[in-house]
Amino acid sequence: MALQYRWRLFFGLIAIFLASGFQLAIPILIGSAVDAARSLDESTVEIVNPAVVGLIDSTVDIFGEGSNPARTALIIIAIYLFIASVGRGLSAMFQNYMGEAIGQHIGYELRMLYYEKLQRLSFSYHAGVHTGDLITRGIIDVEGVRMFVQTALLRTVFLMVLIGTGMYLMLSEDLVLGLISLSFVPFVAWHATAARLKLRSNWYQLQEKLSALTKVMDENLGGIRVVRAFASQDYEMKKFDDASNETLRLANVQVGIRATNISLMGVAFMVAMAAVLWVGGLKVIDGTLTPGELTQFIAFMSILLQPVRQIGMMVNGYARGSATGVRLFQVLDLEPEIQDKPSAKDLELTNGILEFHDVKFGYEGENTLEGISFKVEPGHTVGIVGPPGSGKSTIAHLVPRFYDPIEGHITIDGQDLRDVTLDSLRKAVGVVEQDTFLFTASVAHNVAYGDPWAPDDRVESATHYAQLGDYIERLPGGYDTTIGERGVSLSGGQRQRLSIARSILLRPKLIVFDDSTAAIDAATEQRIRAALTDLTTDRATIIISHRLSSLMHADEILFIDHGKIIERGTHEELLALGGHYNDLYELQIRPSENYSIGSDGELS
Amino acid sequence: MSVKATHERSHEIPPKASIKLGPTLDEEVFGAAFSGQVVSRFIKYVAAYKVLLWVAIISVLVFTASSIAIPLIVRDIFDSALSADTLSSSKLTTMMVVFLTAVGFNFVSNYLQELIVGRVAERILIDMRRAMYTHLQVISLSFMDRTEIGKLMARLQGDVAALQEFLQTAVFAIGDFVLLVGIIGAMIYLDWRLGLMTLAVVPVLFIIRIIWLPYARQAFLRARVTSSIVSGALAENINGIRAVQGMSREYVNYDLFDIRATDNLRAANRASKIGVIMLPIVDTLTGSAMAIIVIVGGFFVLGGSIEVGVMVAFILFVQRFFDPIRSLTMHYNVLQRAMASGERIFEVIDVPVDIKDKPDAIELDEIDGSIKFEDVTFGYLPDQPILKNINFEVKPGETVALVGPTGSGKTSTTALVHRFYDIWDGSVKVGGHDVRDVTQQSLGKHVSMVLQEPFLFSGTVYENIRYAKDDTTREDVVAAAQAVGAHEFIMKLPNGYETELEQRGGNLSLGQRQLISFARAIVADAKILVLDEATASIDSYTEMLIQQALVRLMEGRTGMVIAHRLATIRGADRIIVLQDGEIIEMGNHDELMEMGGLYSRLYSMNYASFDDIPDELIAEATKAAEGTST
Repeated sequence: MALQYRWRLFFGLIAIFLASGFQLAIPILIGSAVDAARSLDESTVEIVNPAVVGLIDSTVDIFGEGSNPARTALIIIAIYLFIASVGRGLSAMFQNYMGEAIGQHIGYELRMLYYEKLQRLSFSYHAGVHTGDLITRGIIDVEGVRMFVQTALLRTVFLMVLIGTGMYLMLSEDLVLGLISLSFVPFVAWHATAARLKLRSNWYQLQEKLSALTKVMDENLGGIRVVRAFASQDYEMKKFDDASNETLRLANVQVGIRATNISLMGVAFMVAMAAVLWVGGLKVIDGTLTPGELTQFIAFMSILLQPVRQIGMMVNGYARGSATGVRLFQVLDLEPEIQDKPSAKDLELTNGILEFHDVKFGYEGENTLEGISFKVEPGHTVGIVGPPGSGKSTIAHLVPRFYDPIEGHITIDGQDLRDVTLDSLRKAVGVVEQDTFLFTASVAHNVAYGDPWAPDDRVESATHYAQLGDYIERLPGGYDTTIGERGVSLSGGQRQRLSIARSILLRPKLIVFDDSTAAIDAATEQRIRAALTDLTTDRATIIISHRLSSLMHADEILFIDHGKIIERGTHEELLALGGHYNDLYELQIRPSENYSIGSDGELS
Repeated sequence: MSVKATHERSHEIPPKASIKLGPTLDEEVFGAAFSGQVVSRFIKYVAAYKVLLWVAIISVLVFTASSIAIPLIVRDIFDSALSADTLSSSKLTTMMVVFLTAVGFNFVSNYLQELIVGRVAERILIDMRRAMYTHLQVISLSFMDRTEIGKLMARLQGDVAALQEFLQTAVFAIGDFVLLVGIIGAMIYLDWRLGLMTLAVVPVLFIIRIIWLPYARQAFLRARVTSSIVSGALAENINGIRAVQGMSREYVNYDLFDIRATDNLRAANRASKIGVIMLPIVDTLTGSAMAIIVIVGGFFVLGGSIEVGVMVAFILFVQRFFDPIRSLTMHYNVLQRAMASGERIFEVIDVPVDIKDKPDAIELDEIDGSIKFEDVTFGYLPDQPILKNINFEVKPGETVALVGPTGSGKTSTTALVHRFYDIWDGSVKVGGHDVRDVTQQSLGKHVSMVLQEPFLFSGTVYENIRYAKDDTTREDVVAAAQAVGAHEFIMKLPNGYETELEQRGGNLSLGQRQLISFARAIVADAKILVLDEATASIDSYTEMLIQQALVRLMEGRTGMVIAHRLATIRGADRIIVLQDGEIIEMGNHDELMEMGGLYSRLYSMNYASFDDIPDELIAEATKAAEGTST
């Protein structure tokens, strides 16, 4: 990774040394200028600093001596001052740019790595982590590492060079005065660091309180009918005020830390300056120091103030960078539980027969499925029904290999799912989920999500098969209408129909409906099923539902309870059996007539 | 594999995918930088902190003055105490006292300005947000119905913050302006010739900033927008990971994400370039100013027309030019944003409150729980009545089921009992009182509602059942949960009643959320209960629980139920059949069956729920019913 940044880093480092050099030359030149201007007799120049004297002499050697040495010296110093300023600006520009560019590139690469990893991590991982947490890592933590590289890394070197050289220059010039000038450095550096760290931890708390406040407001507005229905405005205002005051308290702490910090750093610097003026002033009166040298010390101090303040920022950058880096690499180092075997081949579809062979599955030691065996052939339908939590949906998740069974195996045309590539398997299997996720995009893009190259007519025909076409065509934007979080919202039934359209578009050999019609009314469901008959003649279908009318026509119905198949057969056979299936049928088709909600109603 | 392989790494955007996420990315709108109306209304909020703000403004001025004074005192030290002919340590001591006094003023005023401005701005932020929020609590529901929550949230957060920033900036802008004027004044006072020459760089700097700013703003905005696109894409991919993996969209998404991330990388890089270019420009100008001071000032000193301290002071001043110029040019931007935000905030605050308590509205104390609609006509849009001349009465304790096709006016009828909207004509009476004559607050205590989509708040199960009734005991809550049959599943949750609900109760099934909302209504214990039965299909097991819970819920209350399930309808004391805003049939189940109208026809179709009946069958039945009645 670092190889491609090497030249940038190299130039960045060169820029750092140049910037420090130019930076430190400025106070020396200013001090010498003051001395030169004070020359009593214009024919002798009273510059003390030997380096500047040398500089002036060698320049004079080239351009020739003017009639007035003091004025010549001033002009030469001014020219060098100008050059130093421009040089400082240019090198600072390079140094900053290189730092940012390196940071941005590293940020880019981390993002791509993170994204790639997330896409490959299995369902079991995604089910176990909070999505908000993953998003935070991908956004805030990547940003944290980037900022660390960008601001902390190169700048640390710069500050060390600048402060180190500056200290050496000042101390070698006059030990006592140098120490006094530098007395503000440890105070400001320590204070800036402490304040930054305090601000940061307070900032996190504030963000937490702010998001609590956001939640209160968002729920109040979203549930405004409940609020009005319960006449609970007072209660809601209290919730708002409580959350609001919490944020105010922390925001005030924030303001307080900042105010104290800024004013203290300012006063520390100025008190040090006062001390320099005093001690230096006495030395000038004694004649052991020139006013120019005193000016030089003050100018040195001004130059060091800004970088010393930045030490706080850097320490913060290090703290944040290491914390975020750790969290980021936790994710990057994960191995997806489900991935292609090295020897995996593409699935070869001959007939499209799906078979479960004595499948057992469980999470965390708890068995959710046991002894599941069944077979679906093209043109046939298997219906799966059972109470909530019986393990029905787990079967749907095993087919596209979102999870692996712990015992037994699942085959398609005789090939174990674990031996084929995930990509070819998931292209062959379509699972219509109960919860449909809409991407913020047009209807057409959403329907064609699995195959964004699909032509318009395929998108439209799939949408019509799912009985959603008429609705879409009535929308003002038709298929170009944006849906999803930031677009038109669809009802639960419409979302499920869209999800059905998505799967139909892909024409999978095997299609699993995982309770995917729960929010669709029975009449529309009938129409969808009628439309799908000609599509499913050469495909195997699994329908999981708690609504019997959705699956009574299946070739085989499995009744699942506590992870086991307890009844199986056709609708008629199961009714004749008079077991659980029959009970459920009775319950659904003939709703109980033995209780009443009227005023005289009593449970009987 | 062969077809796909060509797509996989093509880095081409497929025809049915887009790198933008939706059409509406918030581009910053730059409007007028000053709107008198917004400012004058904003000032009203500020007025509450008048005294504090005056202190803040004085602090800013003192701070600025002391910042200008310090270099002047340094000059004095050089010129009066350290000059070659007047070397004097007693003079130095006096000057040091002056210097330290200035430092003291500088310190205190700096602390005060930061603290007061910061805190007042935070306070005003809260005040404005509260004003808007309070207003949203009483605004008519029709406004809430047609406004997106996201937009309101943006106003409650972003826009309010923009005004807070404005206030902070405004006070500091005064300081910056005074500082700049002060520095210019001080330099001209020290030596006007040298001052004017040095100050020549100021307009140059201003002009360069003004040319540079639009480019910089554009570049930084672009970096921000592309960055939010990347973040949005990442978030969407995480939230929709099942769909992504289920449909094998990984490769396409990776490429699309790469395009977005690269776009952002380029934009950020461009912004960096534009940003850093200012560094050498400023340094060049500072360098020029210093060169002028050294040459011209130096010559003046040599010529004896100024003292060396003036030169030192000038050098100290030069280094302070840039800061105020930079912030002054930035403030303009903040000002523009604040005006636009202010307009949006006041737009919300100005929405009129349609439904208000009368000045002499009475507090409903004990009522009998009767509901009476007399000649009620009502609609949401002018000239489009939803309900026409509705007349009916519900006796205390009675349960009435409202039945009818979508759009027949069932939901509107129930909303009127709670006075969510005001009617056009006629009257709605609750317990014998016109709903317009009583306070909304007291009406709400007597009428409680269960909505079709159960809405739960974040917090624990316990808090959700108790909701607004602070005086409810734990026993009451448990009893309510037991009554509706929710106790059993609540106890199976990881922390029982203390289990934290995810957003909108995401960790519960629809049926469970329904039961909790029933328990909440029981705790609220209102005489009248308005209930909109859920239409979504719930598994039969939970469904049975819900039917039983309904019975409990209605015990001892007057009930008005928008019913979909036959079991619920049959059990009601009376059924009101609505169509196109009119009551077409009314009576109990047996009476209606005998009547042989729409109800009996729908009932005979043998669907478990009226919602399951296909539209065309309903149309047929309606036609047939009309045939028999005429």
